[in-house]
Amino acid sequence: MVLTDVLVGGLTLGGLYALTALGLTVQYGVARILNLAYGQFLIAAAFGAFVLATRFGLSPIITLFLALPVGFALQWTVYQLLLMPLVRRTGAGPALETDSILLTFGLSFLVLGICVAAFGGDLYSYSYLAYPVDILGSKVSANRLVAMVFAFAMTAVLYLLLTRTRLGTAVRAVAVSPRFAPLVGVDVRAASAIAFGIGGALLAASGVLISMFLPFSASLGVVFAMKALIVVIMGGAGNLMGCLVAGLLLGFVETLVASYVDPGLTVAANFTLFLLVLLLRPTGLFGKTVR
Amino acid sequence: MSRLTVVLAGLGACSALAIATAAPLLQGGDYWLSLGVTLLQYGVLATAWAMFSGPTRYVSLATAAFFGIGAYTVAVLGESMPWAGVLLVALGIGVAIALLVGLSTLRLSGVYFVIFSFGLAELVKQIVTWYEVNVTRDVGRHVFIDISQRQIYWQLLALLVSVLGVWVLMRRSRLGLALRVIGDDEVVATHVGIDTSRIKLMLFVLSAAVMTLTGAVLAPRWTYIDPEIAFNPQISFQVLIMALLGGTTRLFGPLAGAVPLVLLFEVLSVNFPNYFLILLGVTFMAIIYFVPNGIAGLLQRVMRHRRSV
Amino acid sequence: MTDQARRQVSSRLLITVIAAFGALALGDVRAQEAPKSIRIGYVVSKTGRDAPGASASTTPNYQMWIKEVNAAGGLMLKAYGKRVPIEAVEYDDQSQAEEAIRATERLINQDKVDVVLPPWGTANNLAVGPTLNRHGYPHLAVASITDKAPEFAKRWSNVFFFLGMGSQYGEALVSTLEEARKAGKIGNTIAMISVADGFGVDLSRATRNVVEKHGFKLVYDKSYPPSTQDMSPILNEVKALNPDAFIAFSYPPDTFLLTDQAKVLGFNPKVFYAGVGTALPGYKKKNGASLDGVMGPGGVDLDSPAIQDYFKRHTVSAGYEPDRWTSAVTWSSLQVLQQAIERVGKIDREAITREIKTGTFDTIVGPVKMDNQMYTNLWWVGQWQGGEFYGVAPKDKKGAKAPTIPKPAWK
Repeated sequence: MVLTDVLVGGLTLGGLYALTALGLTVQYGVARILNLAYGQFLIAAAFGAFVLATRFGLSPIITLFLALPVGFALQWTVYQLLLMPLVRRTGAGPALETDSILLTFGLSFLVLGICVAAFGGDLYSYSYLAYPVDILGSKVSANRLVAMVFAFAMTAVLYLLLTRTRLGTAVRAVAVSPRFAPLVGVDVRAASAIAFGIGGALLAASGVLISMFLPFSASLGVVFAMKALIVVIMGGAGNLMGCLVAGLLLGFVETLVASYVDPGLTVAANFTLFLLVLLLRPTGLFGKTVR
Repeated sequence: MSRLTVVLAGLGACSALAIATAAPLLQGGDYWLSLGVTLLQYGVLATAWAMFSGPTRYVSLATAAFFGIGAYTVAVLGESMPWAGVLLVALGIGVAIALLVGLSTLRLSGVYFVIFSFGLAELVKQIVTWYEVNVTRDVGRHVFIDISQRQIYWQLLALLVSVLGVWVLMRRSRLGLALRVIGDDEVVATHVGIDTSRIKLMLFVLSAAVMTLTGAVLAPRWTYIDPEIAFNPQISFQVLIMALLGGTTRLFGPLAGAVPLVLLFEVLSVNFPNYFLILLGVTFMAIIYFVPNGIAGLLQRVMRHRRSV
Repeated sequence: MTDQARRQVSSRLLITVIAAFGALALGDVRAQEAPKSIRIGYVVSKTGRDAPGASASTTPNYQMWIKEVNAAGGLMLKAYGKRVPIEAVEYDDQSQAEEAIRATERLINQDKVDVVLPPWGTANNLAVGPTLNRHGYPHLAVASITDKAPEFAKRWSNVFFFLGMGSQYGEALVSTLEEARKAGKIGNTIAMISVADGFGVDLSRATRNVVEKHGFKLVYDKSYPPSTQDMSPILNEVKALNPDAFIAFSYPPDTFLLTDQAKVLGFNPKVFYAGVGTALPGYKKKNGASLDGVMGPGGVDLDSPAIQDYFKRHTVSAGYEPDRWTSAVTWSSLQVLQQAIERVGKIDREAITREIKTGTFDTIVGPVKMDNQMYTNLWWVGQWQGGEFYGVAPKDKKGAKAPTIPKPAWK
């Protein structure tokens, strides 16, 4: 099989994996909340894009830009309304992790239930930008290419946001040291809420993008949540670059194994890679040692 | 606890056990028996889970891996060996894998361990699937073992009693003291001379062994078993939730989480088949808000109130 | 009148009176025994990974059947001389075999239903098999394909399989390809992929076992995990091998992906066969005219007025079309059940099971008669032609269309 096919295939698939995990790494890295409902919200965004595209003829690209603020607002509200009481109660210690896992688990059922009530258990799919793009002799679907470009672009935007703006610095301060950030005047709660919101914007955008080329149903939320978790942890929780690299690595390994070894071993290879990375670097590729 | 309390507790436990053992003998209760099997299944799994994750504070999502190993071993060997033999083989495989996995606990911690354990469970599933698809060319196994639901119930009951017994014995021994020290502060534990690695590993293997046996005992119920069914990750999550909800430090904590949740699932799916998920999510979240220390913690607070009054 | 005549008249009168009273009393008793309703219960996957399948092939049929039967007044129970309406009890098995078992036990023990309609999916049907068998309920396993069907039929005398065995689908497909090869339309190379799950493994094994016999060579034979999100590495490999026929025993998400990505990559084999999902209305809606020539399992005889009428009613009742494989078979199984109940005249499950086992029934797919508890007069291969998924094999079945080989290039 031509090497460019593997290269391009790995990049697009890796971009997809990184994209779907970006939001989660921001949420977990800053707010220290493992949002188990992440995947379900992502699927909800996909449903939204589907409805807007098929019933109202709205281009998914426009939906994409709509999704950013809507996703931000939704997750920000989720943090303030649902997660804040837990933060207050546990004082953001290790008990917060336990309680937030439990709560977001319940939340994922709620969102799943709403999706099922609205859309049933069916498979949904529509076509957008499904024409081939020729890259170095290899054909790739335009919509997957867009997803990949978006993943890279968003990583860059986020990086700039976090390093060049005051808001970003505050958010990073909370991520690095939530206990001492208040000493320098950072409002931890507000920063966490904003980080949660940023994660929400990203997940909504991912949902819209994947809806263009992946058939989805309500129960796919769990699959995405799991994949995102793997990427986040492998890259180091809270680390953007780690998330991108981990996603790309997984995409490449999967494509390589599918092409040269056996398509049946792709998932096994991915998990093996994941486990090996963790055994060699217990806090992820770019993760710092535990607080 | 006063002597009277101990005696009363003992009597209470014995009578509960007697009732639980005799219950399946009542006629016409196939549905209740089925519910009882599920209650016991999750009760055992949650207690076994908490046996490791309670003291060590390592949250594991590998339950499905061991449960699946037990179930799948039965699927493969069930008809060619006597029942006790199959259980032993399943146990052996589960313990072997648990040893391998347990060694990883020495390197990882926190959320990294959680997701690692999840990844491991999925990897086991993938390997079994690949083997079945490409080597044996027979993914779905048909299980025709003649074991009645009652026998499954009683086996699970025996398993639950054993697990609880082991827990009690452990707590009362030097091991229990060591566990409490580890739970409070692992650094202190190592300085005091406790071999934390060995203890963690041992607990993990013990916990995994019980989970493997549970899976094996339950397998004859399903007639058709494939890797997707045996290694269903939902089990890992449900067990984790139940144990955390009930409280992992007290003996009956996991049971106190498993029983209400199983019943809640059942009540909701019977009465609200169309809005089951939404109601489940809302109820769940309500529980988290209003029962912050786990259900066992809530019960203890209530009992303390009563005593002071 | 003579004394003898008078005695004859009075004894006849007496007998008539007694008979009349008897008939009245018995009639009264029978009328009192007629149940208020016939409870029919079913467990289907409303959530989880089996939900798409159930909502396409099973649930809308059950709901439509119950609606139509009740609109006519109910099932005709001639033992009571009247129609008795159906009362439905529905549960969600959440795509978990464990839950399917318990819900079925609940239906039988708690809700005390008279009849149980089967769940969707091989795993779920096999899981509830022992329960239904133990309690003596007829089990019309429609949406399940298992090569062990004859064994199960021996074990459970109350089970009936309606969708055939994997080996039959494989054999029919390869035979169809052989004919095309003999007519010079295609060569002898086949590339085959299958999803790493029961369906994929069963059908690929069946196909693998017969390809040589029919003079074909497998140039690619791999499986892939379910929920794979990118099929292009596989498709690129396959395209490079330039096979005459491409066979994919896939599930709906992969079927959709394979079609999409084959189009993008410009992969145009002479035969393109995909698995579950090709017969779904969603597949047709998404791909439209570019579907022409795509083959898959199943098919329908759309020239049949009964089928056309069924399609219309289903679209009105459920809001979407039935699928072109399992749906019509599901409906015909319900017709079989209804006719069996009405022939027996009352809810006597043993008699109903016997009737299903031995009787011949009139359904939308034609006359149905069980052969060793299996219905095998099925469409094994279908093909999209001119916007509809017609049955192609067996070629001598009524309504069969000649396959269009080679497949026209993707539009």
